[in-house]
Amino acid sequence: MALLDVEGLGISFGGLKAVDNFSVSIEKNELYGLIGPNGAGKTTIFNLLTGVYKPTSGQIILDGNNITGKSCEEINKHGVARTFQNIRLFANLSVFDNVKAGLHNNYVYSTLDGILRTPKYYKVEKQMDEKAIELLKVFELENFRDYKASNLPYGQQRKLEIARALATDPKLLLLDEPAAGMNPNETEELMNTIRLVRDRFDMTILLIEHDMKLVSGICDRLTVLNFGQVLKQGETQEVLHDPQVIKAYLGD
Amino acid sequence: MIQMKPKMSSSKSKTFRDNLITYGMIVVVYVIVELFLKSGNVSSLMKGLLVPLTIYSIMAVSLNLVVGISGELSLGHAGFMCVGAFASATWSMLMKNSGIPAGISFTIAIIIGALCAAFFGFLIGIPVLRLKGDYLAIVTLAFGEIIKNLINALYFGVDANGAHFSLKDSMDLGMDGGTVIIKGAQGITGTPKMSNFTVGIVLLLIALFVVLNLMNSRTGRAIMAIRDNRIAAESIGLNITKYKLLAFTLSAAIAGVGGVLYAHNLSSLQALPKNFGYNQSIMILVFVVMGGIGNIRGSVISAVILTLLPEVLRNLNDYRMLIYAVILIMMMLFTSAPALISFRERVLMKFGMQKNGKEK
Amino acid sequence: MMSFISYLLSGISLGSVYSIIALGYTMVYGIAKMLNFAHGDILMVGGYAAFLALNSMGLSMPVSVVLSMVVCTVLGIVIERVAYKPLRQANSLNVLITAIGVSYLLQNLALLLFGANPKSFSSFVPLEPVKLAGGALTISGETIVTILACIIIVFGLVTFINKTKAGQAMLAVSEDRGAATLMGVDVNKTISLTFAIGSALAAIGGILLCSAYPTLTPTTGAMPGIKAFVAAVLGGIGSVPGAFLGGIILGILENLSKAYISSKLSDAIVFSVLIVVLLVKPTGILGKKIMEKV
Repeated sequence: MALLDVEGLGISFGGLKAVDNFSVSIEKNELYGLIGPNGAGKTTIFNLLTGVYKPTSGQIILDGNNITGKSCEEINKHGVARTFQNIRLFANLSVFDNVKAGLHNNYVYSTLDGILRTPKYYKVEKQMDEKAIELLKVFELENFRDYKASNLPYGQQRKLEIARALATDPKLLLLDEPAAGMNPNETEELMNTIRLVRDRFDMTILLIEHDMKLVSGICDRLTVLNFGQVLKQGETQEVLHDPQVIKAYLGD
Repeated sequence: MIQMKPKMSSSKSKTFRDNLITYGMIVVVYVIVELFLKSGNVSSLMKGLLVPLTIYSIMAVSLNLVVGISGELSLGHAGFMCVGAFASATWSMLMKNSGIPAGISFTIAIIIGALCAAFFGFLIGIPVLRLKGDYLAIVTLAFGEIIKNLINALYFGVDANGAHFSLKDSMDLGMDGGTVIIKGAQGITGTPKMSNFTVGIVLLLIALFVVLNLMNSRTGRAIMAIRDNRIAAESIGLNITKYKLLAFTLSAAIAGVGGVLYAHNLSSLQALPKNFGYNQSIMILVFVVMGGIGNIRGSVISAVILTLLPEVLRNLNDYRMLIYAVILIMMMLFTSAPALISFRERVLMKFGMQKNGKEK
Repeated sequence: MMSFISYLLSGISLGSVYSIIALGYTMVYGIAKMLNFAHGDILMVGGYAAFLALNSMGLSMPVSVVLSMVVCTVLGIVIERVAYKPLRQANSLNVLITAIGVSYLLQNLALLLFGANPKSFSSFVPLEPVKLAGGALTISGETIVTILACIIIVFGLVTFINKTKAGQAMLAVSEDRGAATLMGVDVNKTISLTFAIGSALAAIGGILLCSAYPTLTPTTGAMPGIKAFVAAVLGGIGSVPGAFLGGIILGILENLSKAYISSKLSDAIVFSVLIVVLLVKPTGILGKKIMEKV
C-alpha cells in the first residue's frame, strides 16, 4: 500500500476551483516532484495536505489513516511535516531551539516539571539536546547552534527549516520550493542533502520545485499541475519530455 | 566573520548565569534596604514605596510574560490585579475573627488571589486568544473595564444563611444580621495590613522563578515559537490555543498575586480608574516596554526606576505621565524604525561596539 | 413610551457622535493598517481648540469650528509623520504601543496646559429644543444637529471615496499598498490625507460631544475614543457604512442600558456586546473576511 493516497482532492475559493480532482499515490521512500507553472495550485495542495485549508472534496489517506479535514497540529502528529516557500523560522529563537521546538511532541515532560526543574526535566532535556545536535550535524549547522535563526545566511535558513520539520519525526516530508533563491552550487549541495535525508531517515518526500535540474536530478516520479488540474503524471524523464508539459511551460 | 562556538550547552550555562544575576540583584537590594531600615535611615516616603515597588515589579513580570514571551498585547492586566485584590481581601475579611493564624490565612489569601485571577484569565483567554493583534488588545482592555465596572457595582455580604450577592445596593442583599464585605463603589474597608517588603520580595522571587524556568523549558519554547511564527508552529504540531492560554492564565495568576499584595497594603480597597483602570494597565506596559519587551530582568529594573524616579524628584511628579509617554514613543521609534535603527548602529559602531550575529 | 423614544433619540444622537469618531478610526485602520489609539485624544484637542477660540479669542462659532478642525488636521498629519510613518514596516504590536504613547502624550500635555479642572463648554448649537406630542417629548437642538451632521458626513465621505480620484487612491491603498504604489498612487500622501480627514472629523465629533455633555477635561476623549473604536469594530473595521451602523447601535445600546438596566453597568454591557460580536463574527457586521496567505 502507498504511504500517501490522495483521491479527488479539490478546493474552491469563492466559486473559483483552485485545485480540482487531484489524485496522487506516493510510495514509501519515494522522492516525488510536484511541478507546474506559477499559480497552478501547487502550494494550495501542500496547504490541503497539511490542514491549513480544508478540502471541499476528496480524501487524503496517510499510511492507512484518513487525515482529511484534520487540523495542522493533528496532521503533523499523524506524520506530515513541511517547509514553506517563504521561509518561516522561529526568528527570535536560536537555531538549536528551532530544532528543539520541532521535538516538542516526541520528548515530553509537563509544564510543572519544567518550572520546578524535576529530574525528569533534566533527563528529557538532555535527550532533546542530543537529538537536536544529531539533526543539526546532518545539515552541518552545529556550529551555528547559538545563532538567532534570523541571523543565519539564507541557504542555512532553508536547511534549518528542513531540520526542524524532521525533528517532528514525520513519515512524509513536504518541501515547498527548497531551491528558491539559491545559486547553482547551493542547489547542487541541496540536492545531496535531500538525497541524504531520504536515505538516512528512510523518508518519503514530496517537493514543489521550479528548478528543472533539481527535479530531473532527484525525483523518481512527477505530477505536473496546470490550472489546478493534473496535466500529466508518471516517471520523471517521461513526463518532462511530454509535449503537453513542454507546451504548458513554454506557452503556445 | 562567522564566529565558531562549537562548545556544548554554552547557551544553557549563559541563561543559568543570567537568571542567577537576576535573583542575586534582588536579594542584594533586599539586604541593603533591610540594613538601612534597621539603622533607621529611611524616610517614611521611601518606606511607603517599598511594597508598591514589589507590586509593580511583579505586575511587570506578569505582563511581560504575555507581551514579550507570548507576543500578545494585553491592556487589561489591571483587571486581573483587581480580581486578585478583591478575592483575597474578601477571604481575609471573612477570616478576620476566625482564629486562624494571620500568616496561614494570608498564605491562603495569596493562593486564592492567584487562583481567582487565573480563573478569570482562563475564562477570558478562551475567546480572546482566538483574536489577533489589535483586536486582542482592545478586547482585553474591554475586559479590564468590565471587571472594574462589575466590582464597583458588586455588593457582597455574609450572614448566618450564607453568602449574598447583589448588583444594586446593600439593602438588596437581604441580609439577616451578618456583615457586608464588599460595598459597591466603596469597596472593602478594614483589610488586615499583611503586606510588607519581605513578603513582596519573596513573591517577586517566586514569580521570577516561575517565569524564567518556564521560558527555558519545553513549554516556554513552544510559547515563543508560536509567538514568532504561528503557522510554522502549527505545522510542527504545537497546540496554539493550549500554549497561548497557558501563558495568559499564568500571567493573570501572577497579576492576581500583585493584587493580593496591593489589597493587603492598604486598609481600604476600592476599584478606581487610578488603581485598576486601563491607565494602570498602560503604566505597567510602559515598564515592560522600557525594560525591553521579552526581557524579564529589564522589566523589574524599569518598574523600580520608573516608580522611584518621580517620587524622588518630587517636582517632576507633574511631568511623570508626560515623561512616560515620551519614553514609550522614543523606545518604539529607536527599536523599530528602520531609519533610527541604522542610526543607532552607526553610533554604536563609532564606539567600537559592533553587533555580532549571535546576539540573543 | 415617550420616555423610551426620548432615550432612543438621545441614544441615536450619542451614537452619531460615536459614528463620526469611528469613521476616523475605520479609515485609518483600513488604509494605514494601524489602530490609532490617539484618535480619541485628537477629539479632546478639538474640543479645547474650539473652547479657546470661542471663549478666549472671542471668535464666532463657525470660525471656531473651522479653527478647531484646522488644528486637529495639522495635529493628525504631524502625529502620523513623526510617530507612525517611521514605523510602517514595524510589527503591529510596536505601532500600537507607539499610538498609546501618543495618546498619553496628548492627554498629559493638555493636563499641563489647561489643568485638570473641567472647563464648562458652552453649546455650539444655537437651536431651541423642539417640543413634540404636546410637550411630552422634547428633542434638544444638539440631538437634531448631531444626527444631521452625522448623516451628512457619512454621505459626503462615501461620495468622496467613490467619486474622487483621491478617494479612489484611498481604496487602492487599503486593498493593496504595493500594487497601489506600482499604479502611481502616492501612498504617503494618501495616508496623510486619511489622517487629515479623520482628524478633522474628530474635531467635529469633539465639538458635538462637548455640546451635548458640556464638560471638557484632558481625558474627555479617552472613553468616547475607545467606544468609537468598539463601534468601528462592531460595524466591521475598514468599512465606512459599518462605522456608521456600529456607532448608532452602540449609542442606542448604551443609552437604553443606562435607562433600563443600570447606569453603573452600562459600560460593562457595551463592552460585553463587543466581545460577543467579535466571537460570533470577528470581522464585525459589515466587514469582510481576510485570509492569511501561507
